[in-house]
Amino acid sequence: MTTAAPQPVSPGVQRLILDGPLTIYDAAGVKGRLQAALEHDDTSALELDLSQVSELDTAGLQLLLFARQESRRLNRLLRILDPNSAVSDVIAFCRLEAFFGDALPTGAQD
Amino acid sequence: MEEIFSVFIEEAHEQLTAMEDGLLRMEEGGGDADLLNAVFRAAHTIKGAAGVVELEHIERFTHILENLLDRVRNREIQVGSEMVTLLLQGCDHLRAMLAMVGQGNTTEDATLAAAGQNLAEGLLAFGHAAGSGGQEASREPTEGDPAPGSGWHVSVRFGPDVLRSGMDPLNFLRYLEQLGEITHLTTLCDTLPAAQEFDPESCYLGFEIQIRSQAGKQQIEDVFAFCRDDCELAVIPAGNEAVEPEAAAEDQRAESPAAAPAQAETPQPPPNIVAAQAANVADSRKPAREKRGNETRLIRVQADKLDQLIDLVGELVIAGASASLLARNSGQPHLMEANSVLSRLVEDIRDSALQLRMVQIGETFNRYNRVVRDTAREIGKDIELVINGAETELDKSVVEKIGDPLMHLVRNAMDHGIEPAEARLAAGKEACGRLELNAFHDSGNVVIEVIDDGGGVDARRVEAKAIERGLIPPDHTLTEQEIVNLVFEAGFSTADSVSKLSGRGVGMDVVRRNIEALRGSVELQTWPGQGSRFTIRLPLTLAIIDGFLTSVGTASYVIPLDSVVECLELKAVDTRGHMLNLRGEVLPFIRLRDFFEASGEPPARENVVVITAGNTKAGIVVDQLLGEFQTVIKPLSQLFRHLRGIGGSTILGSGEVALILDVHALTQLAIQREERSFSATHIPQTQTTAPVQPSFASE
Repeated sequence: MTTAAPQPVSPGVQRLILDGPLTIYDAAGVKGRLQAALEHDDTSALELDLSQVSELDTAGLQLLLFARQESRRLNRLLRILDPNSAVSDVIAFCRLEAFFGDALPTGAQD
Repeated sequence: MEEIFSVFIEEAHEQLTAMEDGLLRMEEGGGDADLLNAVFRAAHTIKGAAGVVELEHIERFTHILENLLDRVRNREIQVGSEMVTLLLQGCDHLRAMLAMVGQGNTTEDATLAAAGQNLAEGLLAFGHAAGSGGQEASREPTEGDPAPGSGWHVSVRFGPDVLRSGMDPLNFLRYLEQLGEITHLTTLCDTLPAAQEFDPESCYLGFEIQIRSQAGKQQIEDVFAFCRDDCELAVIPAGNEAVEPEAAAEDQRAESPAAAPAQAETPQPPPNIVAAQAANVADSRKPAREKRGNETRLIRVQADKLDQLIDLVGELVIAGASASLLARNSGQPHLMEANSVLSRLVEDIRDSALQLRMVQIGETFNRYNRVVRDTAREIGKDIELVINGAETELDKSVVEKIGDPLMHLVRNAMDHGIEPAEARLAAGKEACGRLELNAFHDSGNVVIEVIDDGGGVDARRVEAKAIERGLIPPDHTLTEQEIVNLVFEAGFSTADSVSKLSGRGVGMDVVRRNIEALRGSVELQTWPGQGSRFTIRLPLTLAIIDGFLTSVGTASYVIPLDSVVECLELKAVDTRGHMLNLRGEVLPFIRLRDFFEASGEPPARENVVVITAGNTKAGIVVDQLLGEFQTVIKPLSQLFRHLRGIGGSTILGSGEVALILDVHALTQLAIQREERSFSATHIPQTQTTAPVQPSFASE
């Protein structure tokens, strides 16, 4: 799991790259990064690049749920970029497409 | 081998034993739900554990077993004898795989894999065959069965610590998918706290799941077995969802306002069943908790640690005896008093240390259920096994070593003892043979009996054979009892036909040797046409006994205290020849002074110790009675192994060696001598009482 800080991609839009296994082992660190990125004053939108996530367990899923929930609470936009099969399978299995809603790219919703 | 594998193997063996036991009872006609569940659970547990230790081949094979058992449990398939045979073979196969793992080979062996494949196909065939036929059979929907074509509503809330315990709830759900088709699933994340309060290592999720499955309720619940204590689970038949708890669900939502916006987009969750059934679930989980409590009261200890403890206790006993002696000689009352307290404590420690090693013999006996069933089938006889005294306890090391000899006796009884059905009917007996395994305690010994109701042993044939083989001279003077026991001589077999099971002329002598190596004895009693009884006597423990110390001349002898009935002065009883009259009861007796040819004159006052061994009593005449004495048994060296009448040696507090008398052998000698004096006009002195001079006291 890289520890890279969120990268500003355009004004007000931060991009956070999560890669490798997104599991209980890294949960505490990832939570901190998510929270920091979301709460940052300059952030109006957060893009989560999940294309390199190799594994997603319950803790990882919870982190995504947390990000979704916090983004709503803080009125930030959340976009999940390129969720690969490790991520989209779990979301589909848990029937959470609707919950993530517009955060997911349109292709992943069906 | 890694610790985790050895633990897995041990547990798997326990489960396999339970499974086999259940299968056998199932075959006998017990098909009740509890039994089926127990068998299924055993398979399920093995599978789960195999998965945890990543023994994929074992997991895969057990899965097939489990599937078949599940269908049996759901009454889709009738259990037949053939199927039980196949399932039992499955158990054997698992044992073989476990043995491979035990040797450190955690991948699948090619030959085993082939055997497993065959078995698996056989098992699957049963599943398919019944799949078409079984469905049509009228099924009584029982409690816990889903209605045909429907399924279950599973409502689960994972506890906060689930993730921290290393479990991944998603895996459970994925596994659930194997049991049937998940038609509806709602992820509940409304308890997910906001920002700071969110602990990423706690689990906040819950799931409402509709699953279309033929699986039983238990099976669904078992999916969550590993986190059962850490989650709230309700499984109810689909279509029966409670309607009321909607309100409860609303309350819960109100409690977490932060989640409210999220809720808006979540599909409306089905009624929150967990809340409604919480009380219910709590009740049903209680027994499981209690059971877990019982389990934790057991500690697994390495056997060698226990042995070391026993050794130390043995040394403590000897040291204690030495201290007692010194205290007595010193004549200081305080010292003697302190010492007597110490002695009592040492005695208690010894008893509890030995108790640690005691196991019930039932586990060993239960193995024979399977053996008897398989063997009976193989040789085409109908044999019923009756077990008595399974709760009798004896030393673990003895239990381990008695298995093989016992197995041989059991097989022998089935093969040669019990006649074929036609012969039985002709003899006016029931067609079904009866084999009995008994165990009980008797004067410091454990007695194990193998009784059959077969044809018995023909003493005349044994005699003829023994003479032919030169084991006894033609002009022997043996009693019938002694002749029958010649079957334990090396190279002796009376079976006219050599069968696969036994009767190859090896065995009975090995049986006797093995049992004698345990300081036990085996004897055969037989009733022509009615059956035979093999009686095995074993010491309770191999290490320490309570003894009764006596002396003859300068030598000391220890008699196991459990066998001592009473002591009296020789003069006070009426004796004639080698018999004494004990209040009207006639007992044979042996003078140890003569028996061991001790030098010196007998003292003015001699004493008789009346001992009992089995059903017989006898007297032993000694010079002096020295009282109770705790004894650590030191085995005699190889040189003295064949001495009759001596079971071992021990070291006295003074450092001298005392011999421990083998009470059983002594009484036998006393009785034989009497029998002989009745049965023969001339009494041969040579054979039984080959005198032994205990000249090795210096050893």
